[in-house]
Amino acid sequence: MEHNNNSGEEARIMKGNEALAEAAIRAKIDGYFGYPITPQSEVLEYLTAEMPKRGGVVLQAESEVAAINMIYGAAGAGGRVITSSSSPGISLMQEGISYIASAQLPCLIVNVNRGGPGLGTIQPSQGDYFQAVKGGGHGDYHLIVLAPASVQEMADFVFDGFRLAEKYRNPAMILADGALGQMMEKVILPKEGSLPKIEKTWATVGKPATRERNIITSLFIEPEKMEGINFQLQEKYKKMMDEVRFEEIALEDAEIALVAYGLSARVCQKTVDLAREKGIKAGLLRPITLFPFPSEAISKLADKVNFILDVEMNAGQMVEDVKLAVNGKKPVYFKGRMGGVIPSPEEVLGELENIIEKVNVNQD
Amino acid sequence: MQTEVSNKLEQSLDGLEIVFKKPETLTNTPFHYCPGCGHSVVHRLLMEVVDEMKIQDKTIGVAPVGCSVFAYDYMNIDMQEAAHGRASAVATGIKRMLPDRFVFSYQGDGDLAAIGTAETIHTVNRGENILMIFINNAIYGMTGGQMAPTTLLGQITSTSPYGRNEKLIGYPIKITELISQLPGAYYVTRQSVHSPSAVRKLKKAIEKSFEYQKLNRGTSFIEVVSNCPSGWKMTPVESNKWLEENMFPTYPLGDIKVPKN
Repeated sequence: MEHNNNSGEEARIMKGNEALAEAAIRAKIDGYFGYPITPQSEVLEYLTAEMPKRGGVVLQAESEVAAINMIYGAAGAGGRVITSSSSPGISLMQEGISYIASAQLPCLIVNVNRGGPGLGTIQPSQGDYFQAVKGGGHGDYHLIVLAPASVQEMADFVFDGFRLAEKYRNPAMILADGALGQMMEKVILPKEGSLPKIEKTWATVGKPATRERNIITSLFIEPEKMEGINFQLQEKYKKMMDEVRFEEIALEDAEIALVAYGLSARVCQKTVDLAREKGIKAGLLRPITLFPFPSEAISKLADKVNFILDVEMNAGQMVEDVKLAVNGKKPVYFKGRMGGVIPSPEEVLGELENIIEKVNVNQD
Repeated sequence: MQTEVSNKLEQSLDGLEIVFKKPETLTNTPFHYCPGCGHSVVHRLLMEVVDEMKIQDKTIGVAPVGCSVFAYDYMNIDMQEAAHGRASAVATGIKRMLPDRFVFSYQGDGDLAAIGTAETIHTVNRGENILMIFINNAIYGMTGGQMAPTTLLGQITSTSPYGRNEKLIGYPIKITELISQLPGAYYVTRQSVHSPSAVRKLKKAIEKSFEYQKLNRGTSFIEVVSNCPSGWKMTPVESNKWLEENMFPTYPLGDIKVPKN
């Protein structure tokens, strides 16, 4: 279920990073801790300008390592807190994120994904899918991962991310990319204060005489206890399956399905139009939550279509989850561009036509 | 069990005045520290001050990775357990959310002066209004006695088996003198717990730090030169003697930076 935060305000034209930052203020965050990195520095810039006027703590940390540990402390103290970074910075945060997941602290982490590996490029990429969806740091854990495909969703998912993080006491991530962060689009901003704050009885705020002390920790030295925490986490991840979200475009009569998230889905939406113009009955399934993953929807989709083409801006990451969902029922193909290159709708259409030709030849 | 014993003890003391007891904010969990180790004394002093200032409901501590990783088992206050090196960043997050609370971090030498050097310097440089406790025993205790950034020249540890050689690994780092140069440092002192008078001096320093925090003055930083009988492979008495003879020349006790009046 998505958060209904329509403010009734007029649409504005904003950069994705700025829309996200403004939404964070409207979500009444208590704190932002971050470190500059392209292509998401506008988040920190926007908040350092606005938060002194509108309340809340904004702090430029000495590193992403420090920033994520400030998030740990602040979230543990009951604050609604957010950090943002881009791929190399998110890698630096992984240890802290693992601790946050284990200590079960709600917070929001934004990754404006850029091309890698290594220092890579500042251009958009989806190369961090595995890192975001499979845990990223050490140990068995998951983040709730939301994948926006528009500036509107960059803003809306701040509210959805906090709502889910606080509901499940789990870190949530918005997995965007450099293009979504930098591009300007129409956005209707969510209403300020429309996300209620919940009571956090577990937070370390100072122990009154009336309760036992609260301890925020990820250390459980006895194996049985640590396994118990793991069972608790896995139980929580199972419950999160209720939160699966995806979008279906032109799938009613589709014979061929594209599966893509985020910016790739925007590209594929155009590919569907181009294909339809040529009489190819293509449709698109866009996962919105990458964890929990819409496996059931994709499995059902495989029953209806002839084949699936998964499109990503990486070497093929989500396609593994798509294949697991399809479980061999239908062929799953992959089209990807890497290192900061965005595929064009025509390029994806070309791939689609090649596959159709191959399939027809095989059938003849 | 603990309570039964102390109840019986109190009954047997009928008519006598109790002049020394466990602080209320120490739990009944027995310390797991090795005999002679300084940690438990520092824990106790912290909680004595919290008791005396009546700030149990306003105090939040940050435990480190190292021997005192379980500090929250002994201190009956709200606490957070930080990743190795990051206690002062975690304390920053807490203090920024709750500026009217008393926040302290507690770290050893490897934690504060090696892996967490950046966090240490920048926390003090921001003048975070917290107390940083730094236990320096010149060794990694919990992992079994490896060389620390503060290990003395020539000191033998499990990873400096021929003695610390400055040509290979540099000199013992005087992080306390280093951070005292930063404007954000309000009160910087080096104390110890090897003798009753040293213990009393440390308690005074902790009291001062909490008072300064109440007044929002910036970072208080207390180094405690301590021992590690197990890691140093000595008896407690030998370790305290060794500490006086070897640690103090490199890490002299006393105030390093005090507020200007």
